[in-house]
Amino acid sequence: MKKLKTMLDKFGLPRLIIGLFFIVLLVTSLAIGFDPGVLFSDVLRRVLMFSILVLAMIPGVQSGIGMNFGISLGISAGLLGAVLAMEVSYLSSWTEKLGAGNPWLTLLLALAIGITLAAILGFVYGLLLNRVKGSEMTVSTYVGFSVIAFMNIVWLSLTFQNGELSWPLQGKGLRNTASLAGSFGGILSEPAVIQNTQPAGLKWIAFNVGGVSIPLGLILVFILCAFIIWLFLQSKAGIAMSAGGENPTFTLASGINVDRTRILGTVISTVFGAVGIIMYAQTYGFLQLYNAPLMMGFASVAAILIGGASVNRAAIPHVIIGTLLFQGILVTALPVVNVVIEIGTLPEVLRIIISNGIILYALSKAKGGSSS
Amino acid sequence: MKIKSISKSIGSYLFENKVMIAFAAVCLAAIILSGSPLSFIVDGVITRVGRNTFTVLALIIPVIAGLGLNFGMVIGAVAAQIALFWVVHWGYSGFGGMMLCVLLATPIAAFFGYLVGSLFNRMKGTEMIAGLILGYFADGLYQLLFLVIIGGVIPVNNPTLIISHGVGVKNTIDLSDNLKYSIDAIRMLDILTIAFYVVLAITVVKLILHLLKKYTLKRGDLIQFVIIAVLFAISYIPVVETFLFADRLVLLNAVTVGLIAVGVYQLYIIVQKKFIKKEPAFSIVKPLITIALCAGIYAATYIPELEAVLLTVKMSVLPFLLIAALCLFNQKILDTRLGQNMRTVGQSQSVALASGINVDQTRVIAMIISTVLASWGQLIYLQNIGTFATYGAHLQIAQFAIAALLVGGASVQKATNKQAIIGVILFHTLFIVAPQAGKNLFDNAQIGEYFRVFVSYGVIALSLAMHAWKIAEKKTGEPPQESSSLEVGRETSKEMNAS
Repeated sequence: MKKLKTMLDKFGLPRLIIGLFFIVLLVTSLAIGFDPGVLFSDVLRRVLMFSILVLAMIPGVQSGIGMNFGISLGISAGLLGAVLAMEVSYLSSWTEKLGAGNPWLTLLLALAIGITLAAILGFVYGLLLNRVKGSEMTVSTYVGFSVIAFMNIVWLSLTFQNGELSWPLQGKGLRNTASLAGSFGGILSEPAVIQNTQPAGLKWIAFNVGGVSIPLGLILVFILCAFIIWLFLQSKAGIAMSAGGENPTFTLASGINVDRTRILGTVISTVFGAVGIIMYAQTYGFLQLYNAPLMMGFASVAAILIGGASVNRAAIPHVIIGTLLFQGILVTALPVVNVVIEIGTLPEVLRIIISNGIILYALSKAKGGSSS
Repeated sequence: MKIKSISKSIGSYLFENKVMIAFAAVCLAAIILSGSPLSFIVDGVITRVGRNTFTVLALIIPVIAGLGLNFGMVIGAVAAQIALFWVVHWGYSGFGGMMLCVLLATPIAAFFGYLVGSLFNRMKGTEMIAGLILGYFADGLYQLLFLVIIGGVIPVNNPTLIISHGVGVKNTIDLSDNLKYSIDAIRMLDILTIAFYVVLAITVVKLILHLLKKYTLKRGDLIQFVIIAVLFAISYIPVVETFLFADRLVLLNAVTVGLIAVGVYQLYIIVQKKFIKKEPAFSIVKPLITIALCAGIYAATYIPELEAVLLTVKMSVLPFLLIAALCLFNQKILDTRLGQNMRTVGQSQSVALASGINVDQTRVIAMIISTVLASWGQLIYLQNIGTFATYGAHLQIAQFAIAALLVGGASVQKATNKQAIIGVILFHTLFIVAPQAGKNLFDNAQIGEYFRVFVSYGVIALSLAMHAWKIAEKKTGEPPQESSSLEVGRETSKEMNAS
């Protein structure tokens, strides 16, 4: 009995409930006759869509700044990179010259601009976080909110030529959601897009197998990102960073500049935030500006916590398990809800309850133990 | 020397109130840019101050008790909205309906406050982020209740409130036929009558207790009764009666009454301290300056432009009386033992523990009070707005209340009534003029709206960061810069004393 209790404690009651809930939903949705191929494709797509944003939490947690609610900073940088790349591509008329190559160049340019901006912003943000040690999460939440609010003003003031981005007629301000259909939307994940537009040599990027769509390109991107993080954490700098996060005083005594490793963690986290949002938009097929990314940081934090991370330790398996459970529930809940009770907003309500419930649980665990 | 010290004290005043002053400058710029008529701005500010200040004042007690800014206030609003829904469903209206809302909301809010406080006790040091997340979590449960359980589990047959397929509450509930202005539109005469009977009842109870020798009647009790009785008697004079019969007060009259009240109070202080108690340290200068200031302001109301504004704008009465009562409550609670305990807990939990204070209990009580007050504040807000946005009305209340309080110059550790009121006025002035200013400046009203949202997030971010910065500096052992500058100030004052 005692053994069971310690096992349960280690695994975490919320995680157990969420895991069981996911299985129940999965079984129910299959039982009510939902096409398993479509369901599996949806889950895979959604999990990959969010995965890199969740991955971005690892460097932050390992470096000691805790859950990076300020990922909105990286998200804003990524979005800015994407809209700038699309505008450049429109102005330089790549579309005619490059044909099938246009989306790739736009995507690369978006990533390049996004990563550069994110690195600069992440550095400044890291400097701030070093000043507010101990309250990083509270401060970063509101810094994240402020950045989104500030970017609202930016989106509204930008004047772009590209009709996909700017409001028709007004000529000023960008749309709430801009379609990426003609640009890099689905270029790594959508079989329809790949099979119709790309040359034969690139058909492997996304394809259908027995009713399941396999976004191989996106899977490879995720593996690459995860590998980079893994490699970094194994490197000398990465080990120093994790040590600094775990025990700052001891690490400082052994001659490692903890402030610098924290900045490093923040920069990497922010950069992955930028990459993450571009991959998100790529999979989703739309760029969501204005208040859409406001709570994305919360969703990422919740996902990694569900996966088993804590506010001071996180690893790649946590990302995979957590994103699978969290996004899996949301995807499978929708068909079930539609059949059982006709309330379309219920998955959204579930998302709010689960994500905030798990964050609350993690916070109470993190502090409850140490203070008493 | 004297000029130097005055300039220094002005300098430190400016430094301490930098947030408020910077914000006032932004407001002023926005007012000028918007080009809106003064009467429009004043009218809007009065309305918004009336409906929002109560909630902002509800934040003060947790700050005193060291729980920081109560981001979990959303939960109080949720309690109020649950009560409001049922009262509207049952078909009650007017002041009676509102009282029923209060009666229902108070125990719900107290219970929620107890839960929040207990949770915060498990998460000491992270109350603010926990409160924020808890607010979102509560919103999820609230949506579950209103979208699924009402109609889905609890059968509610009410086509005006429930979505047509029978499950879930509609997006907006119109309050115009039942609870709109149920607090705002109470006539002054009724307020006075109710106050008279309440005081009468209290006095009678005290008298009975006095006769039973369980309580000794004090002179204050009698004076209180006599004052209210005289006021009540005056209200029977026809002129006064017609004046009090209105439910709105013209701002000019309100200003006049307020100035007279302040003046009389200052005279009372002078008489009390100078001539009755004969306190030697008491200086007559400050009250006299205040009286002169009141007279000056009163004279200013004769400026035609100002007079025109003051004559057109009308204000509701009861909400402002409630705000005044809450200010008094926040002030008076500090004199009680509970208030003292809260302050001690807020300053240092270990000291409080050592001196035998039940820290956890004190913190829970602070949260209960704040949550109940927040729920009342939400009721005042909703009855003034007149439409109840079922899924949106509670979302931003903590956000805006906290931003307003911080704009007034408060911090995570210190907040006063004065800061709350100044903050509400400044914050909502910006709210009113920002869209028009944005339109004039950028040809886009939306930019102004986004700007004010940015300001409300930004001021919170800034304040939290400054607070964390101070704590971090203290921890590393470096003396914080502000205290060192204070020490310098003290040294110079010593020098002055010596010379």
